[in-house]
Amino acid sequence: MHIEIDEISKQFGTTAALHPVSLAVPSGALVALLGPSGSGKTTLLRILGGLEFPTSGRVLFDGQDATGLSVQERRAGFVFQSYALFRHMTVFDNIAYGLNARPRATRPTRAEIARRVTKLLELIQLPDIGARYPSQLSGGQRQRVALARALAIEPRMLLLDEPFGALDAKVRKELRQGLRDIHDTTGLTTVFVTHDQEEAMELADLVVVMSMGRIEQIGKPQDIRARPATPFVREFITA
Amino acid sequence: MSDATIAKPARFRPATEESPATRWALIAVSFAGLAILVLAPLIAVFVEALADGIAASLKSLTSPDARGAIRLTLTIAAISVPLNAIFGIAAAWFITKFDFRGKAFLITLIDLPFSVSPVVAGLCIVLMFGANSAIGGWLVAQGYPIVFAMPGIILATMFVTFPFVARELIPVMIEQGRAEEEAALTLGASGWRTFRTVTLPNIRWALLYGVLLCNARAMGEFGAVAVVSGKIRGQTATMPITIEMLYQEYLSVAAFSLAGVLALLALVTLLLKTALEIRHADQLAATHRH
Ligand SMILES: Nc1ncnc2c1ncn2[C@@H]1O[C@H](COP(=O)(O)OP(=O)(O)OP(=O)(O)O)[C@@H](O)[C@H]1O
Ligand SMILES: [Mg+2]
Repeated sequence: MHIEIDEISKQFGTTAALHPVSLAVPSGALVALLGPSGSGKTTLLRILGGLEFPTSGRVLFDGQDATGLSVQERRAGFVFQSYALFRHMTVFDNIAYGLNARPRATRPTRAEIARRVTKLLELIQLPDIGARYPSQLSGGQRQRVALARALAIEPRMLLLDEPFGALDAKVRKELRQGLRDIHDTTGLTTVFVTHDQEEAMELADLVVVMSMGRIEQIGKPQDIRARPATPFVREFITA
Repeated sequence: MSDATIAKPARFRPATEESPATRWALIAVSFAGLAILVLAPLIAVFVEALADGIAASLKSLTSPDARGAIRLTLTIAAISVPLNAIFGIAAAWFITKFDFRGKAFLITLIDLPFSVSPVVAGLCIVLMFGANSAIGGWLVAQGYPIVFAMPGIILATMFVTFPFVARELIPVMIEQGRAEEEAALTLGASGWRTFRTVTLPNIRWALLYGVLLCNARAMGEFGAVAVVSGKIRGQTATMPITIEMLYQEYLSVAAFSLAGVLALLALVTLLLKTALEIRHADQLAATHRH
């Protein structure tokens, strides 16, 4: 799905988290929102997912105005920074949650839900952990379960907030490849937030560099490396 | 630094641990305090109740006044505790899941019943709903008296016990944050479904604890209820009030028997809580991320 952000701004009381920003995400792209702490990455991602509403501006999905769509109507697969797995449910029930929440008319049968959850567990390469609780998983496993839970709703896009933030370097590298593979097999338009420039450059088709609520530069990784648009970008990507 | 200067401690001990002597002294003090302040009075109640034998004690409990008091107290708890649980959940939900101005003020307001003397609270209800007030006068004319009747007692009980549930829930809900609720919403769940399947299960232990405390206090409240009830024997006299009246009349076996029942009701709720905790220990551990 093609996503367009048209002059979006966000004000929290007196702080401007986003000055009007515009951005077009081509259908099927893997996009990184890159920037230092407090630059407005999470705010922009939450606005896309419908968890936050912009002070001004519009969001367009496939050319249709989606600004007023509720979080449920957006059908965005959202992976939270701390994963936000339901701690009182097993991994199986976590992944099945979105399917069980559907209205009766469109809800799959029990057997069908079980089949899909099993398939997703295989996709994230953790076929045997369905009966465990989130507290019994490692950080990397939790991250993958969160991804499977988001994919279960057959989302129109995938939004990930610092998906590898809390993990050690080795696991990060593995999961990076995992995300790339899942993106390539599903073809979902994917936006992820990171403050690690190496991660953004290595993984993304398109990198959006942000600073203090503004977009500094949008471009392919090699173009940003070759031609940083502002002194901030130059400094940030060489840091 | 040479090896010789690194002296091995004789025994490894966690930094927060006291020496055995201090530990035993602290344990002894705690138990002595518990025994003197809690256990001894509790035992004394039952000793007094059974002073004339168990038959006399049971007989006093089957008197119409005692039966009326027990029925009234249970009815009041059965009405005010669920209502306060609902209000408490709503208040805690509102305070922890939304940002708005005046939040600190609202939290203070929830605590107000703890700092206001119950007698004052009772008087406020009499002033507002008494036969001499505008609202109270009209209600009495319609045949629905508030003061010196059950509605007044329920109002007084609810006022006094209002903070228990909210106070238990607010810290738990703040600690848990909003992320799980937000996740449920992005997965397509409605607000109500999110509340039922995510929020409620996550707070159930705090909720249970708050409800039990609320219940214990609702059954035991004296001051506020004494002011609004009018102490009509067998009609508006709750268990604590009947106990006090019997005691004033030197009917000590009857007074202490009823007091024993009140204490037993409280003990049963405590046992219930402990039993639930033991039975669901695994889930308890799973819902706490430590
Ligand atoms: N709910 C909120 N209320 C008030 N201010 C907020 C809120 N959320 C974000 N902000 C402010 O908006 C600005 C941007 O925050 P945002 O979370 O989008 O940054 P970020 O780029 O994701 O940073 P990080 O890398 O630290 O997660 C910050 O100055 C932050 O303090
Ligand atoms: Mg962030």
